[in-house]
Formats: sequence, C-alpha cells, structure tokens
Amino acid sequence: MENDYAVVVDHASVRFNIASERIDNLKEYFVKLVKRELMFKEFLALKDVNLRVRKGEAWGIIGVNGSGKSTLLKLICGILKPYKGTVSINGSIAPLIELGAGFDGDLTAKENIFLNGAVLGYDKKFMERQFQEIVDFAELWDFMDMPIKNYSSGMAARLGFSIATIVKPDILICDEVLAVGDYAFQQKCERRMAELRGNGTTLLYVSHSIESVKEICGHALWLDKGAARMAGDAEAVCDAYMEALQD
Amino acid sequence: MNKRMARLVTFRRYQPLLKQLVEKDIKLKYRRSFLGYVWSILNPLLIMIIMVLVFSSMFRFDIENFPVYLITGQTIFNFVSDATNQALFSITGNAALLKKTYVPKYIFTLSKVTSSLVNTLFSLGAMLIVLLVCRVRFNVFMLFIPVILLQTYLFCIGLGLLLAQATVFFRDVQYIYAAFLTAWMYLTPIFYPIGQLSFRLMWMIKHFNPLYAYITQLRQVVLEGAFPDPRLIFYGFVVAFLSLVIGTWVFLRNQDRFILYI
Repeated sequence: MENDYAVVVDHASVRFNIASERIDNLKEYFVKLVKRELMFKEFLALKDVNLRVRKGEAWGIIGVNGSGKSTLLKLICGILKPYKGTVSINGSIAPLIELGAGFDGDLTAKENIFLNGAVLGYDKKFMERQFQEIVDFAELWDFMDMPIKNYSSGMAARLGFSIATIVKPDILICDEVLAVGDYAFQQKCERRMAELRGNGTTLLYVSHSIESVKEICGHALWLDKGAARMAGDAEAVCDAYMEALQD
Repeated sequence: MNKRMARLVTFRRYQPLLKQLVEKDIKLKYRRSFLGYVWSILNPLLIMIIMVLVFSSMFRFDIENFPVYLITGQTIFNFVSDATNQALFSITGNAALLKKTYVPKYIFTLSKVTSSLVNTLFSLGAMLIVLLVCRVRFNVFMLFIPVILLQTYLFCIGLGLLLAQATVFFRDVQYIYAAFLTAWMYLTPIFYPIGQLSFRLMWMIKHFNPLYAYITQLRQVVLEGAFPDPRLIFYGFVVAFLSLVIGTWVFLRNQDRFILYI
C-alpha cells in the first residue's frame, strides 16, 4: 500500500532561527548571552504540510514568492531536515534545484561533467560511458575545454540539465530551472521531461507560470505562507490560486 | 545499527565524489603555474634552505644533520597546518553546493585533508632530496613512514571535522585558530631540540602535543635508523582515534543545523 507512494510528506514543519541579526561570531554571542538577549525569533518556513504523491504522478507546486515552495523541494531532497513531522521518499531523486550547483568555475566543462556526476553519486566509469550523450544533448561540443567561469548562465544550465537527467530518476524535482535556457533548449528540456514522465518518473514541478503547471501537471499544491492552502486537481487549484491573486 | 549501515552505504556511494574533489584540488593548485607539481617539492626545499641558513649562522643549535632534522619536522607540521586550515573552510566554502544538493557534508572536510595528504606525499620528494644530499643511509625502518603519516592523517581528519563545524557557527574560529597554529608551531620542536626547553615545558609538550609524537617517530626512523619507540606509536594512535571519534561525533551531531548558518 505504502509502496504506491513516491513521496510522503507527513505533517512536516521546517523551522528557521531568524535571530534579528544572524549571530555568527563569538563576541556577539557572549554579549547577547550576558544581556539575555539571545532569543531566536522562530520562523516556520513550512507549517504542518502534508503531501502524498503516488508513483508516476506530476505535481505542480504554486504560490507567491516566499511561500515555501523551494523549502518544500529542499525538504524532499534531503537538504533540509524537518523540524517536526516526517518525509519519506521511495526511489532515486534527480534534484534540479539549481542547475550546475556543483560546478567549479576554474575547471573545464569536461572536468565539471565528472565532478557534477560525482555530486549526484555516479562513478567515473559510468560518466565516461554517458559523456558523449551529455555533450550531444547540451550541444556544447566546441566548449568542452573551456573553464566554466567563461560560460554564460544559459550554457551552464544546458550542461547541468543534461547531466542531471542522464539517468532515468524515479523522482524528478524541478525548480524553475528551465527559465534560463533559450527557447529551442526549453523545448528540448520539456521533451526530455515528457519522455521521462512516459517512463513512469514522478515529477515535482515549481513554476510561476500557471499555464505550464496546468499543461504538465495533473495535480497541484498551493502553498500560502508556509501552509498548504489547497491540494488536488491541477485545474481547480490553479484557478483558485489565480482567483485569490486577483482579489 | 541500521543507521550506521546506511551511513556506510552512503559513504561508498560518494566515494567517486571524494576522489573527484581531491583530484580537483590537486589539479587546480598548480594550474597556470609554469613549474606545476614541481612546486610541491621545490617549495618545502626552498623554505628549508632558508631556515638552515638562518639557524646555522644566526642561531645555533647543537643538532646533528640539521637539514634532515628540520625537514622531517617541517613535513609533518606543514601537513597538519595545511590540512586543518583547509578543513576549517571546507563547509563554509561549499555553502552554495550544500544548499542545493544533498551530499554528505563530511565529504568536503575529508577531501581537503586527503588532498593535503597527497601534497605531503609529493613533498616527501623534497625530504628524499635532502636525505640524498646529506648522505643519510636508507634503512628498512623507513617502511614505517606510511604508518606515521596514517596516524597524522587520522588526527587531522578529527581535528578538521571539529574546526569545520565550529566555523559554521562562529566565524571567529578561523582567526583564533590562526593564532593557535603559530603558538603550536613554536611549541613543537621543529627547528630546536626538545632538550633545550625547561623540564616542565618539555613534559607538557611530550604529553599534550601529539605532533611531538609524530615528528619524533619520523626522526627516529630517518635520523637514528631505528624502529620508533612503541610508546610513541601507541600514544600517536590513541590521540588520532580520540580526535577522530570526538570530531566525527560533534560534526554529525551538529550537521543538520549547518544549513541554517551557511
């Protein structure tokens, strides 16, 4: 029964300590400790969120800036730990939270492919076998020996997307990463995502473009100030969200 | 128990990343320098020559084969100083990555200490040159050198993990540690004989400065051509494991909070 689900987020809260200013040096810490000012304003980036995603479903996550969309994705990826509640994941995750997060500007593109692959947990032999396909997909044949710091953000994003989707993941997590590529590449990425979806990959998709959420996703979750406002059928949730925005 | 098994599996999965990070450090260290890796040997050699000149004309210590005495001490101390200094910044320096993907955080600290070890292996080339020039006879006990480096390596991992996690919460640690390292250098018999010190200071260093144990083992092997004092080996390993256990424990306990501070 539980195996039907790819992602189960159960009553999860994420807490940040936003001390009025961040205390990261000792002097301040002691001064505040002595003056008994060392209190933390608790800020819940997510409040008691529930999300149950069945295998193969596509969920769009919508909400205004700062409503906790990225926090939820980071929670699911394991970058953040829940303060309360639990998160369980069933399957491998390809996180596209920021493309090329593991790139090192001083290394060449070729070296970065191997480094980024290792960040995602693939070994060198495997990457060597996939190397050509990655380069072909990114269409960056002539720039493989160039240091990444000389790449444009679009070029880096192409490379990042190619690496992240080289293996068919069980769960694909997309956080507005496609916005930087040019039109042709965006189309290409969408085709690849559709291809992965056809093979049964679960998708979690964050976007401000309501049209693309409606188009790609069957379900949607609307987050408002860290709390889940509405979840369910994409059309209904998106319409309710748009309506609320217009008020 | 299950949790520990899971950790081990994760560690194995990220083995290639560790390798890639170490390769990256070494590749980038000398990229665009004309002599490249030769600097790993040349640099300690030049510093040693200067120190030999200083200490044989300005200050004189009655030490036999001073260049060898100096470079053995220097090799170990530089390893510890470089490894821990790099480790200190390993978490804060990779903030961008840690915020965006899930990677076991200790991998970064481990990779920094490991690249320092690799650099130290290169700098053994400098030691070799000094040994040849000073006509030190090679002996079978030199096969023990890797074991000495292993003790030092484990010690550095533990200390590095401790420093890395502390730096996340308090950026002051980097300045405090820089001052601490200077004191540590003078409290380690690198260029002076330990016998020069007062009895009390000597006692303190022998008991509380693990670098003394590592350097002395190396000197006993290289300079005296003897097997190191078993007590020193025992002490060296105990301190190394202690450092490793404490460092790992504190690091793992605090790692979930890193994300809020980096």
